[in-house]
Amino acid sequence: MTAPENPAAPANLASPAAPATTLSGLPVGGKGRITGFDLPPAQRGRLFEMGLTVGAQVELVRFAPLGDPIDIKVRGYHLSLRKREAAGIRVSPL
Amino acid sequence: MSTATVAQTLRHVAIAGNPNCGKSTIFNALTGLRQKVGNYPGVTVERKVGRFFGSHGEPMTLLDLPGSYSLQVRSPDEAVSRDVLLGRRADTPRPDVVVAVVDASNLERNLYLVAQLLDLRLPTILALNMADLAEANGTMIDVNRLSAELGVPVIPMVASKGTGLVELRQALSRQPLPEPPPRPPVPPALEREALALAGRLAVTGDVAFAEALLLLTLHDDALNDLAERDGETVRAALAAQARLREEGVEPLSALVESRYEWIHEVCSRAARKSVAEGGEGLTVSDRLDRILTHRVWGWVAFLGAMALMFFCIFSIAQVPMDWIDGGTQWLGGWVADHLPESNLRSLIATGVIPGVGGVVIFLPQILILFFFLGLLDDTGYMARAAFMMDRVMSSVGLHGKSFIPLLSSFACAIPGIMAARTVENRKDRLVTILVAPLMSCSARLPVYTLMIAVLLPAASAFTQAGIMLSMYMIGIVAACGMAWLFKKTLLKSETPMLLLELPPYRLPVLRTVLRRMVERSGLFLKRAGTIIFALSILLWALATYPKPSNPETSKADAISQSFAGRMGHFIEPAIRPLGYDWKIGIGLVGSFAAREVFIGTMGIVYNVAGDVDDNTVPLRDTMRAELHPDGTPVYTPLVCVSLMIFYVLAMQCISTVAVVRRETNSWRWPLFQIAYMTGLAWAAAFLVFHVGHLLGFQ
Repeated sequence: MTAPENPAAPANLASPAAPATTLSGLPVGGKGRITGFDLPPAQRGRLFEMGLTVGAQVELVRFAPLGDPIDIKVRGYHLSLRKREAAGIRVSPL
Repeated sequence: MSTATVAQTLRHVAIAGNPNCGKSTIFNALTGLRQKVGNYPGVTVERKVGRFFGSHGEPMTLLDLPGSYSLQVRSPDEAVSRDVLLGRRADTPRPDVVVAVVDASNLERNLYLVAQLLDLRLPTILALNMADLAEANGTMIDVNRLSAELGVPVIPMVASKGTGLVELRQALSRQPLPEPPPRPPVPPALEREALALAGRLAVTGDVAFAEALLLLTLHDDALNDLAERDGETVRAALAAQARLREEGVEPLSALVESRYEWIHEVCSRAARKSVAEGGEGLTVSDRLDRILTHRVWGWVAFLGAMALMFFCIFSIAQVPMDWIDGGTQWLGGWVADHLPESNLRSLIATGVIPGVGGVVIFLPQILILFFFLGLLDDTGYMARAAFMMDRVMSSVGLHGKSFIPLLSSFACAIPGIMAARTVENRKDRLVTILVAPLMSCSARLPVYTLMIAVLLPAASAFTQAGIMLSMYMIGIVAACGMAWLFKKTLLKSETPMLLLELPPYRLPVLRTVLRRMVERSGLFLKRAGTIIFALSILLWALATYPKPSNPETSKADAISQSFAGRMGHFIEPAIRPLGYDWKIGIGLVGSFAAREVFIGTMGIVYNVAGDVDDNTVPLRDTMRAELHPDGTPVYTPLVCVSLMIFYVLAMQCISTVAVVRRETNSWRWPLFQIAYMTGLAWAAAFLVFHVGHLLGFQ
């Protein structure tokens, strides 16, 4: 499928200078900009249409009480998705 | 002036928009009581049409399209919206004008669907709803500017307060209608391919271009599904997609990104955040979410809300239920007293009235359930319940949205199965429907109560409640286990992706909630009532005929010789391994109409005088004293428990069967459901009875 352009970048949460991570790797309250997707096309389509396009700003607002799914803020509204899919959305932290 | 020039053709108006944007509130406000709720033929998608009058009194029809996020469809609801807008449905005329409703406080995402609606180039009016909320959140929208940017009239509204309705009505009455809006820009490469593809389609004009764009951005799986019907078009679309990819243009992402860029530009010119970006304060809704989805307080609120709902269903509903019960008995007695002795009197007084009354008695509970479900939905809490429960539901392969249908089934499986419509994925919806009747509904309560009384007549309220709770738990565990099994085997599919909008909390509009409650309950009465009516006649006939030749025959002997009695004898070999005799068999046969019929049937079988529904003591004592021909008691503790387990798991509700048939559009699923649930119930009752014996219980 799509080749990640930055395969070497490890998702390092502890370091504030982490160059790239995934949406599920953001800390609570953390913001990032979407850089790409590692998801099958059928899933990607609706994510795009819900406003999760490359370049869009996202914020991880909270985890559900049982740890999954997550509540994110994108384009001014709240959307919930599971960590599994969120792990397929690459972001660069802001 | 001749009447011909005055008379105009009836204008068809369609309301389109995202879920949670207030579409239905606008629809209700415009149509008032002049609306009809039904189904689109062939699919279980709600069709809401109404009539209203323009500012000059001219009648128009108004269609409330199902909420959609996109015309690139993901669910049957969205497919209906798309097909109506494209003029593909034979049962619904293509609208003359579209009211695109957007939530002003969530403008960007809402405008995505609007961009697709503009592609259709139908006369369009934008209803900018919840304008007050947007302002409260610090977004100022320049209505004139937005109208100029989009090329459509824009009407700011607060539909829940009725603000802007007059203006909307005026806009819809205007002659002529607004010019079709300009098409939002499309990347040049896509435009080129879409125009070429449009030329190959059966339709022409703007619709063809809109369809071509949808085809170009469809992913391969969906295109392959379509290929069975229209191979040539699909091959052309695939070739066009391949050409675009060669040029380095990924069709869907290119289109969606250009759309959002366009939306962003429109918004940056027409909307202004009064609070600086980044420093935006928390909205009231955000603050509420901090509590309502909190790790501790979230559960307190959640359990509190559920407890309140069930408290109302099981306690407050008791008062009107007693009235209905009293009314039914009075009516039955009145008929018995005032009609001459005849088969007809017997049919009405002992067949039809108690039969229909047995369904209507659940109406108070169903009204309360639908009231709460409407309230949870209208406030935005329903999405939070799915958000909190998704982890649990996904562990058996389901979606957070399956939680509400299963929860509702505790009151009655019928509204639960109807609520499964919100589950988009077909297989998941089927699994939800298949397991919903395993949740102990309120019709099982009287059976549990009677059997607990037979089992332990002197038990404390605490013990009784404990046994009752275990029955509920057995149902829950069975539902989870079967859901997991179905997802692994028969309806094998991945756990569906969760993509759930968490709309801002809002104050519910009581009128909307009440209207929904009445609509849904009406559907229940119509569906369940007609079938129960027919069945109560059948059951009466089974229990009455053939009539004993000797009029002196006792009621109990008469029923033994009736068709129902013979059926009880007939199924005895099958239920003997569970410890039941043919008399219990009659109860089981009768229960197939509705579970609570068991009590009345047993009352007749054991010839207990008086009203057994209100007072189970005489029936309880008779049952406890009942002996097998060899002198051993029939209702041993093990038989009581095994019978309760059977009632937890068996599909004994003809109304549910009818609703499942309707919701799945085939007899296959309801028949499979009867088979698997009866099998499960039999096996579990068998295990309880025999393992219990081995362990030394009686």
